[in-house]
Amino acid sequence: MKLLSRYSAFGLARRALTGARWQRAWRAASPRGSYDVVVVGGGGHGLATAYYLAARHGIRSVAVLERGYLGSGNVGRNTTIVRSNYLLPGNTEFFEHSLKLWEGLSHELNFNVMLSQRGQLVLAHNPVQLDVLARKGNTMRLNGIDAELMQRADVERFLPFLDYSRECRFPIYGGLLQRRAGTARHDAVAWGYARAADRLGVDIIENCEVTGFLRAGERITGVETTRGRIGAGRTAVSVAGHSSHVMSLLGMRLPVESHLLQAFVTEPIKPFLDCVISFGAELFYVSQSDKGGMVFGGHIDGFNSYTQRGQFPKVQTVAECAVALIPSMSRLRLLRHWAGIQDMTPDGSPLIGRTPFRDLYLNGGWCYQGFKATPAAGWCLAHTIATEQEHPLIRHLALDRFERGNGSDEYGLGLRTWVQ
Amino acid sequence: MLRIPCPHCGERDYTEFRYGGDAGRTRPAHGSQSVRAWHDHVFLFANPKGAHREYWQHVHGCRQWLVLERDTATGSVGRASLARPPGVP
Ligand SMILES: Cc1cc2nc3c(=O)[nH]c(=O)nc-3n(C[C@H](O)[C@H](O)[C@H](O)COP(=O)(O)OP(=O)(O)OC[C@H]3O[C@@H](n4cnc5c(N)ncnc54)[C@H](O)[C@@H]3O)c2cc1C
Ligand SMILES: [Zn+2]
Repeated sequence: MKLLSRYSAFGLARRALTGARWQRAWRAASPRGSYDVVVVGGGGHGLATAYYLAARHGIRSVAVLERGYLGSGNVGRNTTIVRSNYLLPGNTEFFEHSLKLWEGLSHELNFNVMLSQRGQLVLAHNPVQLDVLARKGNTMRLNGIDAELMQRADVERFLPFLDYSRECRFPIYGGLLQRRAGTARHDAVAWGYARAADRLGVDIIENCEVTGFLRAGERITGVETTRGRIGAGRTAVSVAGHSSHVMSLLGMRLPVESHLLQAFVTEPIKPFLDCVISFGAELFYVSQSDKGGMVFGGHIDGFNSYTQRGQFPKVQTVAECAVALIPSMSRLRLLRHWAGIQDMTPDGSPLIGRTPFRDLYLNGGWCYQGFKATPAAGWCLAHTIATEQEHPLIRHLALDRFERGNGSDEYGLGLRTWVQ
Repeated sequence: MLRIPCPHCGERDYTEFRYGGDAGRTRPAHGSQSVRAWHDHVFLFANPKGAHREYWQHVHGCRQWLVLERDTATGSVGRASLARPPGVP
């Protein structure tokens, strides 16, 4: 089948005038007998990995196997916050690399991922929190990343509609603003990577669930799927909430638990909130979508589950956070809410890189932060697979870090991921 | 809403309980020197998609620790029994 043409202003005008139909964005590929690399999981990370394998490393015999439809996982369910305000060495550099890739992504993919660098403000509700944010901001600036510390009066000028009243439960002391942070269109990220990878010859195979692995001793030589056996020179597992499930097919246990994380959107209103806010008194984050809905979320529900069905009490806590921060939100009606299967690790950081099996790579455990990591995770994993050299940016995220006592606990969350 | 059938108090919303995780884990023997065994116990999770036995403490009820059978793929709930049978200190 003919590879697809590039999108352009000329093509848009031509179709507007002639009414010519758009081609589908990627071929509906059927599995071949074998590939140089098989990527399991058609989420943002799997697709980005396939794209960078083809685009940067010239490996074009690549298949992405997706159990359902493309974008049916967390890439299509998240609250789309993109930022690089991290404190720990390793994380700072990794997430900044990701943000830099985001900044060029629409051009690179020839697909508008609608990156909107509207800024993200993290709030402090006591003096100690503000000190911590100052330290984080300094770390960022030492690494060449933009960060602005704001005092209460600055925040009040910036966002006049937060609760600054005397009786407010969580007084605002200040905040840390990253202006280059923001949001992106989640579906467009999946579609953009899929289309760009497809144009380089990558096969994107939907409705194809991996049900087992082909092994020659400690080497992985391919996968069993619901659409037959597929041989693979190298295999990358990038299945987010299903990481434990897929790796258990090899008898492996991971430092991962799968939890429910919900997201919420209200009825659309006129432009009101032009940045992303992270509450400091609870885990709560809110932005306004281009359609006008207030998009927000909070903590995981608190017990492991693969159901993708959120529990009602979390709706209440999250709504309480919204109103504590922005009192006028009490008058909005909730339009929709949904849940994703969130792969939580004991230190809140992901697992990416090699596995104990030869030619098998793993990328998972992204907790709350996998969307912003999509470009860099794909970039680094593709590098690691293609060169057989671990990319330096993911060295601190290796699967065996707990054995070496090298956990990377950015938020000081501790070991039990469900404790809130 | 996840509802848990407490053997003492009857069926209650899960918000009355504190989650305690996988009940199938066995702690290495006290004083065990095996780093591998401790690592596996502390850091690795079975995290099955399907049948799961797990601890819940009825903090806003009888305060007993229970073991609940729950299916993590469907959300359906089975039996709950006392983690420590009566009479066992
Ligand atoms: C409600 C919510 C809000 C979030 N908000 C943010 C945010 O604001 N910012 C941020 O950075 N991150 C956020 N995240 C996290 C982020 O969405 C995820 O970490 C990230 O999307 C995971 O990577 P992915 O896109 O590859 O996952 P997914 O899209 O879940 O991709 C994994 C794919 O693997 C497939 N799969 C599973 N098993 C198999 C199998 N056996 N065979 C074949 N395919 C299989 C699944 O169907 C799925 O499509 C949020 C997550 C949730 C749930
Ligand atoms: Zn009870």
